[in-house]
Amino acid sequence: MYVNTRIIFLAVFLSLWTAWAHAGPKIQTWTTPNGSRVYYVPTEGLPLVDVRVVFDAGSARDGAQYGLATLTSGLLDTGAGEWNADAIAQRLEGVGARLSTGVSRDSAWLSLRTLTDTKLLDTALSTAREILAKPTFSETDFEREKKNLLLALKQREESPGDLAGIAFFQALYGDHPYAHPKDGDIATVDKLTRDDLRKFYQRYYVANNALVVIVGEVDKTQAESIADRLLSDLPKGEVPPNLPTVSQPQSAQTLRKTFPSEQTHIYSGLPSVRVADPDYFPLYVGNHILGGSGLVSRISEEVREKRGLSYSAYSYFYPFRVEGPFMLGLQTRNDQADQALQVLLDTLREFIAHGPTAKELEASKKNIIGGFALRLDSNQKLAEQVAAIASYGLPLDYLDTFIGKVEAVTAHDIQRAFQSRINPDRLQTILVGAGQSREK
Amino acid sequence: MALQRSFGLFILAAPLALHAAPPKISEFTLNNGLKVLVQEDHRAPVAVSQVWYKVGASYEHDGITGVSHMLEHMMFKGTKKHPPGEFSRIISANGGSENAFTGQDYTAYFQTLEQSRLPVSFELEADRMRNLRLLPDEFTKEQQVVLEERRMRTEDEPHAKLDEHFDALAYSNSPYKNPVIGWPDDVSHLTVDDLSAWYRQWYAPNNATLVVVGDVDPENVRKLAQKYFGPLKPSTLPAPKPRGEVEQLGIRRITVKLPAKLPFLTMGYKTPVLKGAAEAWEPYALEVLAGVLDGGSSARLESRLVRGQQIAASIGAGYDLNSRLPALFSVRGTPAQGKSVEDLEKAILAEIRQLQDQPAAADELERVKAQVLASKVYERDSIFYQAMQLGMTETVGLGWKTVGEYVDKINSVTPEQVQKVAKKYLVEDRLSIGHLDPLPIPEGQTAPEDRAPQGGQHVR
Repeated sequence: MYVNTRIIFLAVFLSLWTAWAHAGPKIQTWTTPNGSRVYYVPTEGLPLVDVRVVFDAGSARDGAQYGLATLTSGLLDTGAGEWNADAIAQRLEGVGARLSTGVSRDSAWLSLRTLTDTKLLDTALSTAREILAKPTFSETDFEREKKNLLLALKQREESPGDLAGIAFFQALYGDHPYAHPKDGDIATVDKLTRDDLRKFYQRYYVANNALVVIVGEVDKTQAESIADRLLSDLPKGEVPPNLPTVSQPQSAQTLRKTFPSEQTHIYSGLPSVRVADPDYFPLYVGNHILGGSGLVSRISEEVREKRGLSYSAYSYFYPFRVEGPFMLGLQTRNDQADQALQVLLDTLREFIAHGPTAKELEASKKNIIGGFALRLDSNQKLAEQVAAIASYGLPLDYLDTFIGKVEAVTAHDIQRAFQSRINPDRLQTILVGAGQSREK
Repeated sequence: MALQRSFGLFILAAPLALHAAPPKISEFTLNNGLKVLVQEDHRAPVAVSQVWYKVGASYEHDGITGVSHMLEHMMFKGTKKHPPGEFSRIISANGGSENAFTGQDYTAYFQTLEQSRLPVSFELEADRMRNLRLLPDEFTKEQQVVLEERRMRTEDEPHAKLDEHFDALAYSNSPYKNPVIGWPDDVSHLTVDDLSAWYRQWYAPNNATLVVVGDVDPENVRKLAQKYFGPLKPSTLPAPKPRGEVEQLGIRRITVKLPAKLPFLTMGYKTPVLKGAAEAWEPYALEVLAGVLDGGSSARLESRLVRGQQIAASIGAGYDLNSRLPALFSVRGTPAQGKSVEDLEKAILAEIRQLQDQPAAADELERVKAQVLASKVYERDSIFYQAMQLGMTETVGLGWKTVGEYVDKINSVTPEQVQKVAKKYLVEDRLSIGHLDPLPIPEGQTAPEDRAPQGGQHVR
């Protein structure tokens, strides 16, 4: 039990853009007989392997049935083939394997970590294969998981931070599939049926819509066998259509929701950057200076270090398949919410107007480049990076060229990219809290 | 749903040769008393460096709770040599990541860096070990930051708030009754003098352990440690008072009423830990017992109470055998829809009774052991986690060798021993129970801003 005190937001963000090494590892790729793309990197030193199967089956594919992708993913390991949830868990845990499933807005995945000893690996793989290919979606499991999801959605309403996050995405995305929370709403989840889940599964959990990442102490032949075994029972199916593009909000909007908390949670931002965006590097390096580098960022300096207004204050770009959000955030005592918001927005405006100083740019590049080796220093981190490259179709030499691209960024590039992408007169701002101030 | 328990044949055989060489750990102590532990891991050109101080919230007395944590924040606020904020800027410019954390039994600082930058970290850590400057202006601002941290982590988090009230009830006089971050009134009335006295009392090389894990050569680390930390003067350290918890004389209950959406149940039994255990095997048996209840989705709580009887929406058991003082074996959960905390409490007590009445099945224990063995391999994927384990065991007074003994000790636990500790410790007179009783949250009004917020004017 400890209080982890200083920088909490560093680890939270999609690390696609913050995680490369001097010369990246060589990623080998091929396509399985039934159409799934495989990305493989061999590692040495520990007898383990991380396997990830990723589908374009995130909550952006929910349609009007918000929560469908989440509930489908949640049911996968509760019953498959001949096995119920107990049998599946006993098989996996008996060999020390760890399996999980999950969704984001863009993807659904199954992750498996297992030892590489043949017998253990075989048991883990045959279990994962059944989960992917023959989930049962039994009535009992469905009803139970749905009830538990409904409870979790209810619990969400006791968190001002969660409520602010939900309102933020709604404000940015309107009727786009990114707008609703990835776990859905009580009203929409309540209406879901087993049949809905089966249909979603059959449509999206197909070989052509899957990719496999394998990172660990296995050779190429073993990796080929792992991929084939995991996916050979899936039908080929079809790739889903592209997501619609996102339109920019026409004017600024500020929404306040009262909530009986001691702090007000604030988010402000815009839809901004796609994966593989041509302006990505200026935006990434620029944001590192503005609010992406923890305590040494401008926002943290202005909000926390100079004024003591918040424990954590930051800005980030989340690159999604189509325009993901640029987001500024903090949380502060209710009676100083307006002051803190003003400092946050002033800091952004100043940065957009004048760009970074030469010294700031140099310091940030030093951090990104000097910290290079840290970003791929475990099997786990490497697997995450390869999964990101794979899911977003980035070039295979992305790791090798990353440093060069960071080095090439100029202060002018940053200023131009921010000026063209972030119009502060169109920011969508959410404040939740401030309802019944218990201060004073 | 009937519980199936017939998959023993897949179980990982314990003595399996895991072809990962055991970690190589070097230990040495400088003349000023600083202990240094180095573990080589050459998979990536990276090293983590952690400085662990033998001080934390459980060393504090009434009126100054939170002082260890507050001091941790101020450790980033400058020395004679480096002005406020420069520590973080230097580490950042060297490509490093850094942080710090405070617990009941320790305060620790760390940097992760490309291995050749290790001297940068040593120079800065050695400097702030003895030369911190506590500036009143910086302190005033940082105190506000810590109060914000408390609001974020505790005041507006129903479960955290329940935990705080629960610990204050479960312990009579053990310092574990106080929150690490401190009670609000104490935190807002801490002074620079309080921090200064705390710093002088505890921050010294002979009260610290330096742990380095990564792509390093132990001999080189020894030279660097000698160069940067060697010149620091040791202190005369007070021995911490024992502060042994008085015997509990009956079940304790608390209800915490808070604006929240769902009820929540937390239960804790007073149990021994490795440090100071009368019977050395007992904490390991309790660890295995925690695994039988909560070692994954196949374990009893998830299998029987979430899936089988559907009494819990979520549930977990926890036990930390590495704390410095006796602590709680805890079980916590959210009742399923249509069930109450009382239903859940009864179901948990029935599970505990079963553990007392009959030994756990052989395959259940084998699954727990298989997971422990696999986890040992997975842990090696993180240099940070490996350093954490060495630093923590050393700092609470167990010694880092405890980490290496863990798998063997767990493997030697028998079903009868699990039953014995259940009978001896999971009993009513050691039990405290907390209920979170949700009060309605007033329906929030969402309103568009009626002022022009984007004009750039200052609101004062």
